[in-house]
Amino acid sequence: MQQLTMGQAINQALREEMARDSDVFLAGEGIGTGIHASPVLPTAGLLRDFGPSRVKDTPVSEAAIAGLAVGASVMGLKPVVEIMFNPFFTIASDMIVNHAAKLRYLSGGKSSFPLVVRMKSGGGFSAGCQHSHNLEAWVAHCPGLKVVMPGSPADAKGLLKSAIRDPNPIIFIEDMILYFVPGPVPEEEYLIAIGPADIKRKGSDVTIVTWSKMVGVAMKAAGILSEKGIEAEIVDLRTLAPLDKETLLASVRKTGRLVVVHEATRTGGFAGEISAIVAEEAFGCLKAPFKRVTGPDIPVPFSPPLEKFYIPGEDGVVKTVMELF
Amino acid sequence: MQPSKEKLIEMLRSMLLARTFEEKLTELCQIEGKVPGMMILSTGQEAVGSGVCAALTSEDVIISNHRSHSHLLAKGADPKEVMAECFGRRSGCNKGKSGTLHITVPEVNALCTTTVVGGGIPIAVGTAFAQKYKGLKNVTACFFGNGAADEGSFHEALNLASLWDLPVIFICENNVYAGAQRYEEHTKVPNIADRAVAYAMPGEIVDGNDVLAVFASARGARQGAMLGLGPTLIECKTYRCRGHGEADKQLYQLKEEIALWKGKCPIPRLSGELLDKGIISARELEWFEAEAKETVEEAVRFAEESPWPEPEEALQDLYA
Repeated sequence: MQQLTMGQAINQALREEMARDSDVFLAGEGIGTGIHASPVLPTAGLLRDFGPSRVKDTPVSEAAIAGLAVGASVMGLKPVVEIMFNPFFTIASDMIVNHAAKLRYLSGGKSSFPLVVRMKSGGGFSAGCQHSHNLEAWVAHCPGLKVVMPGSPADAKGLLKSAIRDPNPIIFIEDMILYFVPGPVPEEEYLIAIGPADIKRKGSDVTIVTWSKMVGVAMKAAGILSEKGIEAEIVDLRTLAPLDKETLLASVRKTGRLVVVHEATRTGGFAGEISAIVAEEAFGCLKAPFKRVTGPDIPVPFSPPLEKFYIPGEDGVVKTVMELF
Repeated sequence: MQPSKEKLIEMLRSMLLARTFEEKLTELCQIEGKVPGMMILSTGQEAVGSGVCAALTSEDVIISNHRSHSHLLAKGADPKEVMAECFGRRSGCNKGKSGTLHITVPEVNALCTTTVVGGGIPIAVGTAFAQKYKGLKNVTACFFGNGAADEGSFHEALNLASLWDLPVIFICENNVYAGAQRYEEHTKVPNIADRAVAYAMPGEIVDGNDVLAVFASARGARQGAMLGLGPTLIECKTYRCRGHGEADKQLYQLKEEIALWKGKCPIPRLSGELLDKGIISARELEWFEAEAKETVEEAVRFAEESPWPEPEEALQDLYA
């Protein structure tokens, strides 16, 4: 096992897939030569090792970057493009929502668009709301896209490798704090399938469904709950679209209690979708009402105490779980 | 260098097919319930699609927009399948999933068509990037209108294509209108081609109703792209003889203006020249016109006799 941060794990995935398949290329703002020269950032060293024909620094042109991915992928290349921060997705959104997601369907299945759009997101750096806004619910609401949000370095590497090999358009949302958090990653080559959720912790008393940075928060909460005699089962979705309903429902049927935790804001957040599925298909199994722990309905604030208020923490998760007993 | 006789006849037949196809759709759209949804026609603009596609090879890529029929047919799409797609039948190019608005015909490298105005332009930069990346001796021709040249996507895409010397030909079909707005009501620069200088690429203005001029310009742009000189912006001045769509009664288009432009129709301009020079005979011209009529009527029969898709097919073709 190697110990890698998520940033390093993503870097390895990109390297391995670029070495394996010459049709894979990267494009984005500052991905070759960037303003932050940290070795733990995902595209560190790739320009040096693969050259400027495969690692393309682009102008500040999100729509052109995303359109580049659409056009290059229909020709059989495997673009892995970066939109620098999740909120800037809005500038690329026509290319992603109206084109990447829909053109295969519109072709009657004749064309495919094997592209990956990577975005980083999440709070914790006082980067403010125009850098930290989590918009996974928007892209998960677009039929035709797959949406992946890894919560650990091992998951990030295996899922990104699968995403690059997948013939569909995939939105891969990375958490910025997790770029710096180390975790175990297998040494040997491996892939993680897009779709299946992962039970990060087995438990019998409550199901906590979560993803991305909140996986770590849920694990901390589970530790505190365990001391209180409550064993939480943590379901890390990893992929939001297509959603692994089976794993989700099996866990809820087992524990009878469900809390969804996500950093993204509450109203219209993806927890609503999960609660709807559970209400439709496992209502009779519930011993307590559904609850969710989310960011409040505000833009992500800048000042550290305000940002801390925004990002759900383990104490908030523990408190909400306790309300179910 | 003059185009060969074969090439000239190819362009004439291509324009006749497009015109006959569009006029037939105008007729059909007047029959209640015949053709679902919107119908957006390129009547009067045939020289642009025919002239450009005559300068392309079959392996070259075209990216088209909501006013696509003349582009697709000129590129070699099967008129039966295009008609069936307009009718929403499962035998259409896109199994009825698209309708007229975003018909793609990958078999003839009409790879992406979009009804989002300006949406094809960044995609064309992507296909051209792939052509260069793979070392292909091919170009991408991107068709869009005067309205699209005001979308942000146009500006981002042209800058990137120029920066990376990509083999893309940007064809602006300036048909005077963007919806109900005349050109001078939506754009400040006198010509779209004036914007080329802002993106450090050649900009050309061409009589869009002169198929030979369009052909020469496109051929030159293709040669430049193949020499690694990068993209060209070609503005074809033409005219939208019908409304934005068939439901548009054209109340804002002066009848005198429509008549003026019909007087500059691209088809008799070419056929007249070919007759004058003895390149074709009057008999041959009649034959070409009859051929177009028969092809379109066959296409309509095919579409009318084709089955509708099964409802459950709505769930297919989403993911690869």
